[in-house]
Amino acid sequence: MGTTDIIVKLILIVVIFLISLVVAMYSTYAERKIAAFFQDRLGPSRAGPFGILQPVADGTKMFLKEEIIPANSSKFLFIVGPSLAIMTACIGSAVIPWGQTLKIGTYVLDLQVTDINVGILYIFGVVSLGVYGVMIGGWASNNKYSLLGAIRAASQNISYEIAMGLSIIALLMTTGTLSLKEIAAQQHGWHWNVVYQPLGFLIFIICAFAETNRSPFDLPECETELVGGYHTEYSSMKLGFYLFAEYINMFISSAVMATIYFGGYNFPFMHSLGLSSNWVTILGVIALFAKIFFFIFFFMWVRWTIPRFRYDQLMDLGWKTLIPLAIANIVITGIVMTLFK
Amino acid sequence: MEALSNKRKVLEAKPLNIWERAYLPAIVKGMGITLKHFLFTKAVTISYPEQKREFSENFRGMHSLKRDEHGRERCTACGLCALSCPAEAITMISAERKPGEENLYREEKYAAVYEINMLRCIFCGLCEEACPKEAIYLDGDIVPSDYLRKDFIYGKDKLVEAPLNQ
Amino acid sequence: MSIFYFVAFLSILFAVLVISAKNPVHSILYLVLTFFTFTIQYILLNAQFLAIVNFIVYMGAILVLFLYTLMLINLNKDSEPMKTNLVKIAAVLGGGCLLVVIVGALKALGVSQPVILKNPDLGLVKNLGKVLFNEFLLPFEVSSLLLLSAMVGAVLLATKDKKTTV
Repeated sequence: MGTTDIIVKLILIVVIFLISLVVAMYSTYAERKIAAFFQDRLGPSRAGPFGILQPVADGTKMFLKEEIIPANSSKFLFIVGPSLAIMTACIGSAVIPWGQTLKIGTYVLDLQVTDINVGILYIFGVVSLGVYGVMIGGWASNNKYSLLGAIRAASQNISYEIAMGLSIIALLMTTGTLSLKEIAAQQHGWHWNVVYQPLGFLIFIICAFAETNRSPFDLPECETELVGGYHTEYSSMKLGFYLFAEYINMFISSAVMATIYFGGYNFPFMHSLGLSSNWVTILGVIALFAKIFFFIFFFMWVRWTIPRFRYDQLMDLGWKTLIPLAIANIVITGIVMTLFK
Repeated sequence: MEALSNKRKVLEAKPLNIWERAYLPAIVKGMGITLKHFLFTKAVTISYPEQKREFSENFRGMHSLKRDEHGRERCTACGLCALSCPAEAITMISAERKPGEENLYREEKYAAVYEINMLRCIFCGLCEEACPKEAIYLDGDIVPSDYLRKDFIYGKDKLVEAPLNQ
Repeated sequence: MSIFYFVAFLSILFAVLVISAKNPVHSILYLVLTFFTFTIQYILLNAQFLAIVNFIVYMGAILVLFLYTLMLINLNKDSEPMKTNLVKIAAVLGGGCLLVVIVGALKALGVSQPVILKNPDLGLVKNLGKVLFNEFLLPFEVSSLLLLSAMVGAVLLATKDKKTTV
């Protein structure tokens, strides 16, 4: 690895980081706008044309608000909580293949920060680490609502991680690799994994909703019962970090779903159009982002349609429905694979 | 116990069949409904300062002190409005009309200072009814918001109608 | 090599902090950090699969459950059970035995030949799977039986006694 490689990778990391931040920022705007349209309203429309400067205004407000650290909280952990949440949200993007390779002169630029051969498991690990941010923050607040929110987050994440892992195992049986780059490359043409793993995808997307704490599984921050859930005591930018982490998580899990189930950067007829490889790559990146934005829209669409689960229903769904379904999915996949080998 | 009317309906909660218990069809249906709203239904919002909803005929908004057909102020500072005001929002100081001011004030006595405290006013319209000279009407807009209490005390500059020939 | 020593130092530091921290929640968090340093060690050994499994299973699941349990415990000082002298004596004896064993083990320590890994990619998923499901199939399946029995035990503990439930 030469110096140019390192510099290029660093630039790529910064670019991806900025993209995830901007997407998360505008997800907040999109959420409000989309929610408004679903409810026959207009949504934010004052800051800039169509309100597109709203996230900037929100961010400025967050930064300028008074920062309150509760007197009886554990101060260090109170700060660690949101930092951990946003950090784990951001590092997930490292293994996602954003596109194929770009040729600039003689230099070949790979649009993936790093291709580790356990890519899916890495994403999985990072997601499971994300719950620490919520737990530490909730516990350090020294508030019963925060604590209950944190406990709910922990048990919910662990329960749904199992079903998610099992659904991924069925996927891995068909792909035979853990590397996201290879999985994306295998889905060239119309061989999208969702065609082979419809049930697996369904389980995965339900678990993704639970892991990102999005409605209908947003029990950790359930306003009607827990004030604000784990971030009840938070104010200013620390609260902003928690909210932001949720949107980054949503972006990353959309990217993961697009990559492993919906063909990633592949788009139909990509090699029959007669374009040069650079153009194919650029169109591929656009295709991936189109898929990601569709999933983000889907997340919001579900949020503004389906009411919140009750906690015991949530656990029932996780343990009594999704896990048996995921195991059945593995068995079916195995049988089909041996029959049609 | 026997029901006195036949209005009561006994609902039987049947156990859900497997299709209903899967929930997914119901979820898809619900999402279809919300999507319909997203795509086709127009927003019902009225963006207030730019667009305004029409007031009803008997809406009582900001007060205005009227002028007569020659552009003279009608108010004669009799104080009946202030007397009738249940919220004690109106105060005034009267003055005598000087010769040469006949084109400004209709009566020989007029209100040199006329103040309404919009924070006290309850827009009941009793001043309107009490006025013998038909000088005050609550026919204006909604009173705009402001930052300071003193800015809500409206003097003649804000209350008196614009002169006719301008 | 210097990375190894640095990370090893961190592991030991955090491990010491685990037992010296007064607040149980803090000590669990130090344990999380200790496991994280283990993950780094695995990566340094090019055992990516083990690293990530350690990451997911230990850091992501087991310690979350530890933390979960500890958060529910009342950590007030007054409610802490008094330690009797017997417990203290037993603790001193146990600690002394451990010390003797460690000193004895260190004395008997001989410098062994450094093990050279024949295949540096052994830690990758494919190779690990081949080894696990060919040479070590029996122990692997037996350990799965062990986990199954643990699971059945947990379910048995969690199910209520039928006599007490009405």
